[in-house]
Amino acid sequence: MSFPWAKDYQPQNPLMRFLDEKLPLPRLVYNAVGAGYPVPRNLSYFWNFGVLAGFFLVLQIVTGVVLAMHYAPNTLVAFGSVEHIMRDVNWGWLMRYTHANGASFFFIVIYIHIFRGFFYASYKPPREMIWLLGVVIFLLMMATAFMGYVLPWGQMSFWGAQVITGLFEAIPLVGPGLKTWLLGGFAPDNAALNRFFSLHYLLPFVIAGAVILHIWALHIPGSSNPTGVEVKQESDTVPFHPYYTAKDGFGLGVALIIFFAFVFFMPNMLGHPDNYIEANPLSTPAHIVPEWYFYPFYAILRAFTFDFILPAKLWGVLAMFSAILVWFFLPWLDKSPVRSGHYRPLFRKFFWFGLIPCMAVLFYCGGAPAEEPYVMISQIATAYYFLHFLVILPIVSSIERPDPLPFSITEAVLGSDDNAVLGDKAQATA
Amino acid sequence: MATTTGNAEVADVTGEDGVRRRDFIEIAAVSAAGVGALATLVPLVTQMAPSADVLAESTTELDISALDVGQSIKAVFRKQPVFVRRLTPAEITAANDVDVDSLRDPQTLAERTLPGHEELLVVMGVCTHLGCVPLGAAEGENKGEFGGYFCPCHGSHYDTAARIRKGPAPKNLQVPEYSISDTTLVIG
Repeated sequence: MSFPWAKDYQPQNPLMRFLDEKLPLPRLVYNAVGAGYPVPRNLSYFWNFGVLAGFFLVLQIVTGVVLAMHYAPNTLVAFGSVEHIMRDVNWGWLMRYTHANGASFFFIVIYIHIFRGFFYASYKPPREMIWLLGVVIFLLMMATAFMGYVLPWGQMSFWGAQVITGLFEAIPLVGPGLKTWLLGGFAPDNAALNRFFSLHYLLPFVIAGAVILHIWALHIPGSSNPTGVEVKQESDTVPFHPYYTAKDGFGLGVALIIFFAFVFFMPNMLGHPDNYIEANPLSTPAHIVPEWYFYPFYAILRAFTFDFILPAKLWGVLAMFSAILVWFFLPWLDKSPVRSGHYRPLFRKFFWFGLIPCMAVLFYCGGAPAEEPYVMISQIATAYYFLHFLVILPIVSSIERPDPLPFSITEAVLGSDDNAVLGDKAQATA
Repeated sequence: MATTTGNAEVADVTGEDGVRRRDFIEIAAVSAAGVGALATLVPLVTQMAPSADVLAESTTELDISALDVGQSIKAVFRKQPVFVRRLTPAEITAANDVDVDSLRDPQTLAERTLPGHEELLVVMGVCTHLGCVPLGAAEGENKGEFGGYFCPCHGSHYDTAARIRKGPAPKNLQVPEYSISDTTLVIG
């Protein structure tokens, strides 16, 4: 499960020795995030975002459990109980703003984590299972975030629930029945609010379980690294502790400064003012949009405005789900023998000048009103999005001639391996 | 003394077809448990369907005696808005002048109303695109390019018979089941 040179856990304290015999939990920690886990020495700050995502998951669970102590999932009082949290509960405003912005920051770090995976082709063998589990975690996060946004029972909560559950209506035959079953009624109401609360409380723990599998699968081959060259020797690695506990700790400090700048100084910037109006089933807000982190997928949903064999609405729904499901196939769509984008000149160009601008455009269009020119721009960006993963990536990775790779991580960091080991003496003997 | 292990040899006796008694017992036991486990899914799944009190609210009665020509009522049916409108002669003419075959969801006004009550149009106020409430039922609201209803979310235009004419919605505004007795409209 680890490299042969990984340090063995040897407890000195008699109590720890006792524990190691009966329940080797400290050993598990030592081998997972301690000195017993060798990690490539050249990880950049892009490798910080997994730890950050884990931190935000814990933050969401802690603040969420606190909020659930004061919130009431009933359509009569839900909106009021959120205001009660904001005004009356001690530190309630801090808990709620931390939870609301925590969701946004969870998605920010997850998006960076995913796009790190795209650029460095982290999904390639032997790490396919880590990638697949990661996509599952992302889907669970989307479901959890959507249901959480419904709970305050504001206008955006209600109409978001209406629109998203309305998507299932597009499914032929079973659609309308499925929607009624999901909502427990004919429109979002008390039954829907209650079950969303129940599931919103459950799913984070399912996510935590999936995260454990994700990390378990990661610790079999170990982390990838910016060169994409696998670890060959002890000099390619450093122990996780203290090297990456320190580096991740610094990154976490920077992330927290930015995060709390939002929580304290612009807590509502990432939200929508309409959600401070209580849900009204008889009045639709003029401009329904989801939370910002769903914009790209919402843009893809709305890009389909024409019936072609299937109704436009069904195309939109299929495309939106496919936009994420296509990630499952990445390990097999990318045929390059080389992982890292640093050594793949053509792949790199399509990443920076294709995929990234495409996602930026989809982000923008998802938040824009559904009118021209945004609809047409969304359509072009959606077409490129699928083209990128299904056509460009397989072709580019097949025909491209990658740049020469360094022999090892050590060589990439320090020059030739002889230099690395012998220092100045290497010159003399050469 | 009774022997407690006396049956062990009997259990291993294999029948003529090569099946042991133990095989039968194992398959039967696991099958029974499996059927039981599947049966528990029925309440677990159906508990999510609309409950009795939600279903009990699925009829709405309206007094339409005071509804004049050109007026609308916004009511609630199954927690969703429903529009009841007494069409003006001009609106009926406009609806009947359309070539039905040219429509996305071809229906005549007569097909969307009750016989003898062609002037009374009852439709769900739920856009068939993504479920927003269209405008046009209240005085002064935008009625769209075809004088019926207009959905502000993604710009679907419905005509005076609430049929989809322009925009992303796939269907006409849904006509719920309803009946009229004297001055009372019963929806559901």
